[in-house]
Amino acid sequence: MAQMTMIQAITDAMRTELKNDENVLVFGEDVGKNGGVFRATEGLQAEFGEDRVFDTPLAESGIGGLAIGLATQGFRPVPEIQFFGFVYEVMDSISGQMARMRYRSGGRWHMPITVRAPFGGGVHTPELHADSLEGLMAQQPGLKVVIPSTPYEAKGLLISAIRDNDPVIFLEHMKLYRSFREEVPEEEYTVEIGKADVKREGKDVTLVAYGAMVHSCLKAADELEKDGISAEVIDLRTVSPIDIETILESVKKTNRAVVVQEAQKQAGVAANVVTEIQQRAILHLEAPVLRVTAPDTVYAFSDAEEVWLPNHKDIIEKVNTVLNF
Amino acid sequence: MKHVLESVESLFETFQILNEDGEIVNKDDMPDISDDELKELMRRMVYTRILDQRSIALNRQGRLGFYAPTAGQEASQLGSQFALEKDDFLLPGYRDVPQLIWQGLPLYQAFLFSKGHFHGNQMPEDLQALSPQIIIGAQYVQTAGVALGMKKRGAKTVAVTYTGDGGTSQGDFYEGINFAGAYKAPAIFVVQNNGFAISVPRELQTSAKTLAQKAVAAGIEGIQVDGMDVLAVYAATKQARERAVAGEGPTLLELLTYRYGPHTMSGDDPTRYRSEEMDNEWEKKDPLVRFRKFLENKGLWSEEEENKVIEEAKEDIKQAIKDAEKYPKQKVTDLIGNMYEELPSNLKEQMEEYKEKESK
Repeated sequence: MAQMTMIQAITDAMRTELKNDENVLVFGEDVGKNGGVFRATEGLQAEFGEDRVFDTPLAESGIGGLAIGLATQGFRPVPEIQFFGFVYEVMDSISGQMARMRYRSGGRWHMPITVRAPFGGGVHTPELHADSLEGLMAQQPGLKVVIPSTPYEAKGLLISAIRDNDPVIFLEHMKLYRSFREEVPEEEYTVEIGKADVKREGKDVTLVAYGAMVHSCLKAADELEKDGISAEVIDLRTVSPIDIETILESVKKTNRAVVVQEAQKQAGVAANVVTEIQQRAILHLEAPVLRVTAPDTVYAFSDAEEVWLPNHKDIIEKVNTVLNF
Repeated sequence: MKHVLESVESLFETFQILNEDGEIVNKDDMPDISDDELKELMRRMVYTRILDQRSIALNRQGRLGFYAPTAGQEASQLGSQFALEKDDFLLPGYRDVPQLIWQGLPLYQAFLFSKGHFHGNQMPEDLQALSPQIIIGAQYVQTAGVALGMKKRGAKTVAVTYTGDGGTSQGDFYEGINFAGAYKAPAIFVVQNNGFAISVPRELQTSAKTLAQKAVAAGIEGIQVDGMDVLAVYAATKQARERAVAGEGPTLLELLTYRYGPHTMSGDDPTRYRSEEMDNEWEKKDPLVRFRKFLENKGLWSEEEENKVIEEAKEDIKQAIKDAEKYPKQKVTDLIGNMYEELPSNLKEQMEEYKEKESK
C-alpha cells in the first residue's frame, strides 16, 4: 500500500490499464511530454511511448472525433479535456456521436471511451474552468458519468471506466486532486460504476452528495454529531446511472434527506435524486427532501466564489430544517 | 508585400480527363483501368440514377422517409468509391448512400435508413463504415481518428469521408483535416461541391476561390476535380489513396458537381435559389452523358446494355423495398436494449414498462 493523492491515484489507474491492455491510448492537450497541466499523465509518455500517450492539436472537437475514430479501430481511448468547461466545444462528439453510436449502429460499433476532465470550484481558476456540468452529461442517454471523491475510489473507478465498453465521462474535482492522501493499493482493483457508497453511517438524516461535496457533508456530519445529531453520508460516485437502492435503504432508516451538489439548483443531479426519493419512499419521509446547491447563476469566478459555493454550514442549516419540520 | 493568396489560388486548376463531349483531354493522367472496369463504372452510374428516380417516386408515395436526391452527383460519388478497396473505411454524409451500397450495404437496408429504422445503420460485418452522418462536419473529425487508428495498426487501408461545400465552413472540417495532417494519417477528405448548401450559394460560404486550397493551411494535399467527370474523380481518388497508404498523409478532394434535384424530399424548392439556365448549363455536363459517349466511341456500351441495367435496377429496387417493408418495425424496447452493453438500473425498469406497453 502506498499513500497517494487523488491525482497520483488517477495516474496509477491509467498506468495500470496502459500496461494491461495494449489498445488503451491516452491523449489530449499537453498530456505527453508535459504530463498534463495537472500532471495527471506524469511519466506515462516516457513509460509507454509516443504511440500510446500523445499530444493532440488544440481543438476539443477534434479530440472527441479522434476518440470516436480510434474506437472503431479497436482502441480504448482515454482522451483528456483539459478543463471540463471546455466541453461545450466537444458536445457533439460526446452527446451527438459517441453516446448514440451503439444504438445508432444497431450494436455494430461501440465506444469504449473514457473522457477524463478536471472540474469543480474553489481553486480560483478563470471563467469556464470550474463549472459543474455533470448535469448536462447525466441528461444524455448512452453515457455514464462518474465522479470520485477519494484517491482509493478514483483509481478503482477509473480502471472500471477504462474497461467499460460504453463511453464514460470521468470528472475529477480539482480541489480534491491534492487535498489529502490515503492508502491506495499498488495492485489493480476496480470499484463498480453505478454503485453508491455509504461514507458514514447515521440514523437521523441522510446526506446524499458526490465529488468535493462529500467532504463538506462529512464535515457537517462531524459538527452535527457534537449536537447529538447522527447523519448518514452517501457518496453517489456515479451520477448517471444513479444507485437509487442505496439511497432508499438509507432514507427508509433515517426518514429525512438532504441532497447536496456543487452545481446550480436548476435541473441537475440533485433534482433527480430528490424526485426518486419522493416517488419511492414518500411514506417513510418525516419532512420534505431539501437541496443544498449553488444559486442559479453561471459560476462565480473571482471574489464571489467562496460565498457562491455550497459549504458545510449550508448543509447543517438544511439538516436542521428537516429535523425541525 | 507579396500577394500570397493569388499565388496559392492560381495553383488550383480543375483537374479533368473527359470533357463534356466524352473526349479525353488529358491523356497523361488517364488512369490504368480495364475495359470491364470502365463498363462497371457506367453500369453503377446508370443503376444509381434509376435508384434515385425510384427513391423519389417512393418518397412521394409515402413509402420512404428521409431522402436526399443524388442525380447529378454520380461521378463524384461512384468514381471516388470505385477507387477504394474492400477494407477501406467510409464515413459518409446523408447524401452518400450510393457509396455505401456499392461498398456493400444491401439495398433494403439503404431503404430502412431512409425510413429511419436503425437496421439501416447496422453495417454488415464486412463493411467498414459508419452510417450517414447527420451533423455536418462531424464525420471529418472522426475520419482523423479512424485514419490514425489505421496508421497505428500498420494497416494498408484508408479512411474516406464526404461532405458538401457547406460542410467546409464547419469548425469540424478544419479540425478534421488539420488533425489528420498533423498525424500524417491515411485519410481522404472528399468535398462534393454542388454549389449550394440547401439554398446558400458556395460564394457565400467563403471568400476562397476554391475549396481545395483549404488544404494548404492544414499542410495537406488538395486538388480541385471536375466532379462530373468520373475518370478524373476516379484517378484523383486513386492517387490520394496511394499517397495515403504510402504514408504521405491525407488529401482534400474538391469535386465540382451539381445536384439536379432538391436538397432533400422534405419540402425544399430549388427554384427559389437556382435558375433554369443554371440547371441547363449543368445538365450539359452530365456525368452519364459524357461517359456514355466515351464508352460508345470505344465500342464498349450500347443502348441495349443500358436498358438491361435499367431493368436490373428496377427489379432489385422492387424486391428491396418489399424486404424493407417486411422488416420488423422498430420498437422502443430496441432503443432501450441498445443504449448500453448492459442495462443500467433506470433502463431495466423502463424496459419492463415498455415491454408491457408494446405487448398491448
